[in-house]
Amino acid sequence: MFVVKWLGRLGDQFLYITEQIGRSAMLLFYALTGIAKPPYKLHLITRQILFIGARSLFVILVAGFFTGMVLALQFYNTLERFGSIDLLGSATALALVRELGPVMTALMVIGRAGSAMCAEIGIMRTSEQIDALECMAIDPYRYLIAPKIIAGIISVPLLTSVFDVIGILGGYVVGVVVFGLSSGAYFDSMYAGVEWNDIMMGLNKSLLFGLTITWVSTTMGFFLHYDRKGAYGAEGVSRITTNAVVLSSIAILFGDYLVGAVML
Amino acid sequence: MAGNSLIHISDLVTHFGDKCVHDGINLDVRKGEILVIMGGSGSGKSTLMRCLLGLKAPSSGSVQLLGQDLFRSNRKQLVELRRQMGVAFQGGALFGSMTVGENVCLPLREHTRLDPNTMRIMARMKLEMVNLGGAENLMPAELSGGMIKRAAFARSMIMDPKLLFFDEPSAGLDPITSAELDELILRIRDAMQTTIVVVTHELESAFRIADRITLLHAGKILMTGSVEEVQASDNQHIQDMLKRKPRSEAFDVDRYLSQLTGDRVSRQ
Repeated sequence: MFVVKWLGRLGDQFLYITEQIGRSAMLLFYALTGIAKPPYKLHLITRQILFIGARSLFVILVAGFFTGMVLALQFYNTLERFGSIDLLGSATALALVRELGPVMTALMVIGRAGSAMCAEIGIMRTSEQIDALECMAIDPYRYLIAPKIIAGIISVPLLTSVFDVIGILGGYVVGVVVFGLSSGAYFDSMYAGVEWNDIMMGLNKSLLFGLTITWVSTTMGFFLHYDRKGAYGAEGVSRITTNAVVLSSIAILFGDYLVGAVML
Repeated sequence: MAGNSLIHISDLVTHFGDKCVHDGINLDVRKGEILVIMGGSGSGKSTLMRCLLGLKAPSSGSVQLLGQDLFRSNRKQLVELRRQMGVAFQGGALFGSMTVGENVCLPLREHTRLDPNTMRIMARMKLEMVNLGGAENLMPAELSGGMIKRAAFARSMIMDPKLLFFDEPSAGLDPITSAELDELILRIRDAMQTTIVVVTHELESAFRIADRITLLHAGKILMTGSVEEVQASDNQHIQDMLKRKPRSEAFDVDRYLSQLTGDRVSRQ
């Protein structure tokens, strides 16, 4: 009996995951086809860019600066042992542009905006606001989801580039100001080391991450009522939001590896 | 279907998973009448409302609104249909990021090409109707429960719909406010000849506003009739429902105890 019960539960889980994947694909499809149709909702998109992008700027600046500083500190220590301190600029910039910039930015955006988006849509679901939109003949995919996804795709690459630049600046502070490396050497090795391909890789990643974050968070919130444990009220929203943050973080780290493996 | 009925439900069967919620519902709502759907909790009245709004698909049977089958319409027809109906949800379902005025204007902004001033005036008119004139610039968070309900009423009426749906208009409100909302519903009907469907479990409110009452019990319609017909019915469930309410309000501890102990404990 135990085996049967266990198998049953496994099957339930499988069905639930399959359904959820189907639903999220449907959501993305409706949202993207909704965007394509005029009239365009520019004011909704700008409001979301303000929320996801502009309001995240401060966090990104701080995180980027410290990440750059830490990187330069560690690289300086390591490179010193091999007597190749001149490579500090290129090492810092490459690490930032290719990996840390997109990933750290994505994680910060998940924490700041992804969780908020999921909770917002989840509460709209539980308080019948999404039903109200449907009944007013306003397409919730187009009105609620699409602006968030567009804003994510626009904001995250921009934030990533800000993160890269401020990170390089942080590395400069540690390498040049603290350890006394020459300013020319720092930037020279950067010019020599970083190629267009590296920048494209970072950009591609951040575009993908922008889509992933908004997609996962909005899906989790939007389909809150399908949750197997029966999400209800505050507890439901908090659990779904936690799931959204965990899931999108994992998706980001996995996607990072995937893009890296494909593009290298 | 009958010529003057705006809503026509036939043989509606719905399920939640394996659980049968409605088992063959037939109902007509005539033009210009207020139909109250009543029933205890779990009787399926909220689900019936969701079916009427096209939010829950039935297992079988059909729902026709304004002569059009709700679940056999394509998206465009559905949009057309929904522009002619208004809904006020139980919790109001106002959007927290917008002011009351913007909430009320939203259907206009999405469906019409009126200029912003006209929209503002129309919203103002609807808000005046529900005694909320001057509240346009407040946020929903600044409103009381009754004001939220009234703002939701105003939003549901902004497109001058032919059909209005109110879900539990008096739930969670004090008697005075809920009486005011009852008067408001009657006024809306008289002013605009709107057909109104109200889901409620409040007897007093139902008797005050209803032209006809439909009583749901365990997924079936017990009866549909005027207030007098319902009150005069000798159906056991209906009489239970009419009488049980005061009894459950004045909960008799002694009797409950003696019921449990089989009269072995005498009243002290």
